[in-house]
Amino acid sequence: MASAAVPIVALNDVVKSYRRGDQIVPVLEEITLDIAAGEFLALMGPSGSGKSTLLNLIAGIDRVDAGSIRVGGIEITTLSETELAAWRAVNVGFIFQFYNLIPVLTAFENVELPLLLTGLSRRERREHVATVLSLVGLSDRMDHYPSQLSGGQQQRVAVARAMVSDPTILVADEPTGDLDRVSAGEILSLMDRLVKEFGKTIIMVTHDPRAAEKARIVRHLEKGILTDEHETSISPVPGP
Amino acid sequence: MFYFKLILRNAFRHKLRATLTVVGVAIAILAFGLLKTLVGLWYLGVETSSATRLVTRNSISLVFSLPIAYQDRIRQVPGVTGVGIMNWFGGVYVSEKNFFPNFAVEPKSFLELYPEFVLSDGAKREFIVDRQGAVAGRKLAEKYGWKVGDRIVLKGTIFPGQWDLVLRGIYRGARKSTDETQFFFHWDYLNESLRRTMTRRADQAGIYVVSVARPDQAAEVALAIDATFRNSLAETLTETERAFQLSFVSMTEAIMVAIQIVSYVVIVIIMVVAANTMAMTARERLAEYATMKALGFRGIHIAATVFGESLFVAVAGGLLGIVLTFPAASWIEATLSQFFPVFNVAPATIALQFGAALLVGVVAGIFPAWRGATIRIAEGLRRIG
Ligand SMILES: Nc1ncnc2c1ncn2[C@@H]1O[C@H](COP(=O)(O)OP(=O)(O)OP(=O)(O)O)[C@@H](O)[C@H]1O
Ligand SMILES: [Mg+2]
Repeated sequence: MASAAVPIVALNDVVKSYRRGDQIVPVLEEITLDIAAGEFLALMGPSGSGKSTLLNLIAGIDRVDAGSIRVGGIEITTLSETELAAWRAVNVGFIFQFYNLIPVLTAFENVELPLLLTGLSRRERREHVATVLSLVGLSDRMDHYPSQLSGGQQQRVAVARAMVSDPTILVADEPTGDLDRVSAGEILSLMDRLVKEFGKTIIMVTHDPRAAEKARIVRHLEKGILTDEHETSISPVPGP
Repeated sequence: MFYFKLILRNAFRHKLRATLTVVGVAIAILAFGLLKTLVGLWYLGVETSSATRLVTRNSISLVFSLPIAYQDRIRQVPGVTGVGIMNWFGGVYVSEKNFFPNFAVEPKSFLELYPEFVLSDGAKREFIVDRQGAVAGRKLAEKYGWKVGDRIVLKGTIFPGQWDLVLRGIYRGARKSTDETQFFFHWDYLNESLRRTMTRRADQAGIYVVSVARPDQAAEVALAIDATFRNSLAETLTETERAFQLSFVSMTEAIMVAIQIVSYVVIVIIMVVAANTMAMTARERLAEYATMKALGFRGIHIAATVFGESLFVAVAGGLLGIVLTFPAASWIEATLSQFFPVFNVAPATIALQFGAALLVGVVAGIFPAWRGATIRIAEGLRRIG
């Protein structure tokens, strides 16, 4: 049973609301969620249900109003901005819908970016970058600028950047949202490999049912509340 | 190293925008430098004035002259080492548009009083012995192609008539700041003619130039000279050459103050323009800043990148402006030499130009840097969609 394993991400009664003028808009209401190490979790739900907000909280780029979030045993809600930045550099890999590569940096330099915050030497950085770029199949494109790459290729660079520092968790907010079917398929298989071959933990927000299929667990968020839980790939018999 | 690379690439991201900003800053810094130099030159006469020379003039006004008999009486005042006569002649060469400062002087005392006008001993002798002799500054002679021995006819404006002169020497300035566009001839020649034609204006000195041995004697000697002529028909006002020059300059002080203000306004304008450009640039990149922060970069890293870019662009423009100042100054010196005999850009002006460029960079960068550093990641990321 999955619940027996020590969760790598553990949310407890997480509450988050936004202020719009003098109105307070509740977004997440007492979310409790455990994610086991090596899990591939898809978060679905209607637009505005709070998926991105939840993902941002787990990734340490937004703050809770109340509740606790532990990632890899560290309570991140009490960290200072600076501590949180250092924590993210080590523990979180980001994949965004619009790739978010730095346009003035080459594919190689974009992937190298997270490593600049580590103590690695130039040579070590080169090796790491070369390894992940070959993993995503872009060894021959490392001197290209983002504008010289297709959307799918850019997203593969982003995947390489997300995993180059070997983070504890990978977070992806609609990673296939801006891609055609073929490119989306490539990105999804890549993420699938990361989980299966490298034992990575991925939390992915998506609208795309095909993307959700790749995940092992799909959770639905509706009006700030997590609903059912079901494991996709474990379902024993495919439909008739 | 990485940040430097990022700053450089960011700076040249929009080639046209970067070029326009750099050129804009360059032009502003150039204009600032030229205006500052202009103002500095206006006071140059004051700054290069000799501390051991005094000027004695009619106490009522400079337009009134003094009797020639005063020369001997001034010479007898204790502390005085030399007295020269100098009349503003105001003649023009060929036509009105060829204007340059010209004076009637007493050659011997003039040459002793003004050691900064360098002439060979031969030229000095020639000038002294020829009643119609004249000397001209090097730049003036160059401008009209005069050579020693040339006949030069000045048309009088204050003293009507044609004044026939022969160039006996071309002086060189002892310092770079010495005015080499002036023209001097014999006061005797002027006076003898006036005796025949306008007796009332003859035997008059416009001013007396008085030398003392040491600067600290100046005040005392000035008082003594004025005391000598108190209650006489023409009372005198004696002041240091510096104060005398200053009294000229103060007539046009308001214009100079206006030019000073304009020179600073130019900087303020480019500051606003550069600040707007940087703010626009930073706004476009908020999602990138948010991304970098998500990856673990801190606010200070982002601020350094933005601020560095602003400084880089401003300093590049500033250096270009400074480099352009030199040819521009030479051009002004060549084409407007009758107004600006020397148009030297002072080292202090260059330092000010550089300082102004830095200031533009700092002011333009400060708000976008702060904005980039403090952007909330979740909000910055939303901007991309
Ligand atoms: N910074 C903010 N200020 C105010 N309201 C916000 C802010 N961020 C999010 N919200 C609100 O919080 C709610 C949840 O937003 P969120 O982006 O998490 O939704 P989502 O599930 O990711 O939607 P989508 O599928 O469209 O991306 C929305 O109603 C949104 O308007
Ligand atoms: Mg979303």
